[in-house]
Order: sequence, then C-alpha cells, then structure tokens
Amino acid sequence: MTGPSSAGPGPDADVAGAVDEAFRSEWGKVVAAVIGQTGDWDLAEECAQDAFARALRTWPRDGVPRRPGAWLTTVARNRALDLLRRRSTEAVKLEQSARLAPEPEGDDMDGEDIADDRLRLIFTCCHPALPLEARVALTLRTLAGLTTAEIAKAFLTAEPTMAKRLVRAKAKIRNAGIPYRVPPAHLLPERTSGVLAVLYLLFNEGYTASAGQRLVRHDLCDEAIRLARALAGLMPDEPEATALLALMLFHHARRAGRTNAAGEVITLENQDRSLWDQDQIGEGTALLATAARRQRPGQYLIQAGIAQCHATAPTAAETDWTAIARLYGMLARLVPSAVVELNRAVAVGMADGPAAGLALVDQLAGSGQLDGYYLLPATRADLLRRLGRPAEAADSYRDALGLVVNEAERRYLATRLAEAEIGSTTPPGGC
Amino acid sequence: MKYMLLICTDSSVVLTDEQKAGLPEATGKWVQETDGAGIRLDGSALRPVSDATTVRVRRDEVLLADGPFAETKEQIAGFDIIECADLDQAIEVASKHPVASFGTIEVRPFWQ
Repeated sequence: MTGPSSAGPGPDADVAGAVDEAFRSEWGKVVAAVIGQTGDWDLAEECAQDAFARALRTWPRDGVPRRPGAWLTTVARNRALDLLRRRSTEAVKLEQSARLAPEPEGDDMDGEDIADDRLRLIFTCCHPALPLEARVALTLRTLAGLTTAEIAKAFLTAEPTMAKRLVRAKAKIRNAGIPYRVPPAHLLPERTSGVLAVLYLLFNEGYTASAGQRLVRHDLCDEAIRLARALAGLMPDEPEATALLALMLFHHARRAGRTNAAGEVITLENQDRSLWDQDQIGEGTALLATAARRQRPGQYLIQAGIAQCHATAPTAAETDWTAIARLYGMLARLVPSAVVELNRAVAVGMADGPAAGLALVDQLAGSGQLDGYYLLPATRADLLRRLGRPAEAADSYRDALGLVVNEAERRYLATRLAEAEIGSTTPPGGC
Repeated sequence: MKYMLLICTDSSVVLTDEQKAGLPEATGKWVQETDGAGIRLDGSALRPVSDATTVRVRRDEVLLADGPFAETKEQIAGFDIIECADLDQAIEVASKHPVASFGTIEVRPFWQ
C-alpha cells in the first residue's frame, strides 16, 4: 500500500521508487527470513523497517543493489543479530541464531543466497488455530507490510482493536507452539486450502466491501493479488494456487466497469466491456490453462473457469451460460453449498430461460438454507421481472432490500424496485 | 512443549449404548498408544462434578461449596498431560482421543 517513502520528482525520485518497489515485493521475504533466524516476530518487523530505512539513506549514495531483496534481508538479519547481542539475557538465543545465520563474507551482500522463508510465514499466519480475522490481519501485516493503521482502516476497525488482535495472534503463535514451517505432506492439502481461503477472503473483502459506501476497495484487491501471485510462484505444483490468482485477475479486470461515477452498481450485462482490463484477462487465461493441465479440478479452478466465461464473452448476450451452468454443477458436487446452487440457478435461468431458473430458486427457498441472504430474494425478483410478473418481482425486491448491507447494492435494488412498482401498475401494452 | 488436554463432555449430548460401551476400550487404546510413543506423561478420568468441592478463601475464611466452579453444560471429564514438538502434533494427538468425536478437547500449553 504505502511504501516507506514519498519523494517528489528529482534525482532521488528513482531511488525512492526503487525502495517503494522493493517494499512491495520484498517486505514479506525480509520479515520471513528474520523470523526464521530468530523466531521473534516483533523483532523481525522492527529489523525489516530498519533495513528499508537504511535503503532510503544509502541507495541514493551507493546506487540500488543488484539484488535489492538479498541486500535488505542481509541488512535486516545483521540488525537482528546486533539487537539480540545487546540483550544480555538473550545470550543463548544469540548463540543459536548466529549459528543459523552465518554473516556474509566481505561487502558483497548481493552474493549471498537467502532461502525464501515466505511460504513458512504464509502457513503460520494462516494457521487454523488462530481466529480467522487474526489470520487475515497477520497476513497483511507481516507478508504485505501494511501498517496496523492501514489494516484497521481497511476493515473499518479502530486501530487499538486491530493492534490488540495482532499482538494476541503473535502471542498465541509463540505461547501455544504454532510451528513456523510448511506443513508436512499429510497436513498440506488441508492447510493449503486454508491459506487460499484467507487470500480469497481478503480479495472478496476488497471486491465487495461488506460495509461502507464504496463497493470496491482496490487496495485490498491489489494486496490479495500480490499475495496470491507470490503463493502461486512459491507453490508451482499446486494448481489451486495458480487458479486462485487467475480467478482474482478475472474479477479484478472488470473493476472499472462495475460501478459508475456515482458509485452505483452496474450489473455484468450492462457493463461497458471496453473498460475491462484485457491484459489481466489475458494473464488469467494463460494461468488458467497452466492450472488446468494438472487435470485435478479444484474449487478455484472451476470458479476461475466461470469467471473466464464472463470475462472473455465479447457481449453479455454471447456469454456461454450453458458452460457456466455446467461448471456450477461441478462446483456444487465438489463443495456442496446453497450459495453455489443459487448461482447455478442464475446460470440455468440464462441458459434455459427464467422459468427453469425460478424453479431452482423456489426449490432453494423452500429448503430454508438461504434464509436471510439478500441475493436469494434479489435473484428471485430478477427472474420474476424477466417472466413479466412485476408485482411479484416488487415483493421480492422489497424482501431483498430488507436484508442487504452494502450501500451501493442497496441503491441498485431500490432502483429496480421502483421500476417493478411502475411495471406492476402499468397495464399490459403500456411502456 | 507440554500441553494439558482438558477432556470435556457435554451433558446435553446423549450417547448411544454402543458408544458408551465402546468408550473405555477406545480410551484405553488411545492411552496405550500415546504412552507408548512417549507423548503422554500423565492423565486421568475425573469423577463427575457432583463429587466436586469448590474452595475459596475470603478474609482468612475458608469457604466451601458443593459442585463445580461454574455451572455449565460442558464438564471436565478428565485430563491428559502430553509432551509434543508443537501445536500441530498436540492437535493431532487430541483429535485421536475418542471423546473428541462427541465432546470437546481443550488444548492448553503449559506456562513455561
């Protein structure tokens, strides 16, 4: 989000830009390396901050190192050793960490190969023994380098509350013995899906902000994409990590078309597709092809396939709803969920007509599984509108309005309700 | 690291006769396995809370009460002290305890 510098134009601007760039791409790596070295999370953050501060001082004079990440990591690790040395009570720990991390020979700090500890850090931050909100906050703090204030703002939480959450999570990792490692093979599939879920939650929190005026908070989406990209790079044999990145890119590619200048929601069919980011769609398509080669369709691969159908349709009318309905069917078998069934009903409503969709929606409504979920009546309302039953549609829009939380979505539903109310009082054949 | 497993049962959960009959053997097997692996250091089942006495000292006076310190549906039915490499191992050991399938196991690290 915000890097350590904000230099204006001038001779130092390039260097400041390089530090900012390094901050975004290397922060997590530097923190992870110092945690690996010392086991001390707070020390790791402090030393990473010191390393970036030193880069700001020395890079303008000495030039940007050939491998900024290795430079920063070495500076942070040496700083950690210095600090530990000063703590006399830590003498034993110092012995251990000094053995773990031989200091680089000579001045050529670029030459040292430093193992990437980020994967260990990701798995530890997303450990299921931590509360979910702490996993999200810790991931943003230690891997993405967001400040506590920034995380608090992103989740509309008071800063002291967020600070407490982070302190508690770090204390639990230390006191309860949560291991700093990539889980062993028998735990890996389960834990990997836990990590992916945290990153996807982060993206979705940015994509459909659960509260507040604006629908999308691009900064959270950007961080989620950056983290998913890092994870996909670190786990090249895990197609779901690659698929999650593709899924995020397909969604994010449509960001400019999702709301108008007033912040109102524009539905997919009415979006100006020329505003969609074709580079991101292209990258998503390539990633998805790579992930699909593994022939092991997981939930993110299927969801990315659905998102791709939408993102690559030249017009709304040309959307391949039959393929989307089939993919939702696959998804429902893999991860049975009423929300997935609702989405399948929408797709069937498009592929086979609103009556077929409505039958599925009514079946779902009858099950009671989605009671209180605004998209159920909102979907029903839309199908009834298309079937030319405006009075019933208006009733369902009212139900949806009673449940919706996000302000932008509320405005959208209110507009549709007004249209349905006009429609239901206009005699057939009127405008 | 040392962890205490608090083996909790919920008095509102009714076990089938089959479950009840199989529990002592299943627990015995778990104890045998964890003892054999050098994980379990100590532990025991506890008498029900109806046999519990609560002790408080206020103004130098010893105050006694019959029953548990808190009236809840969940009761501590036993405990085990285990020595594990980390929380992941402790979770694995706890998840294999037969009570985990109908009750709750609280995993508490020792203060050290």
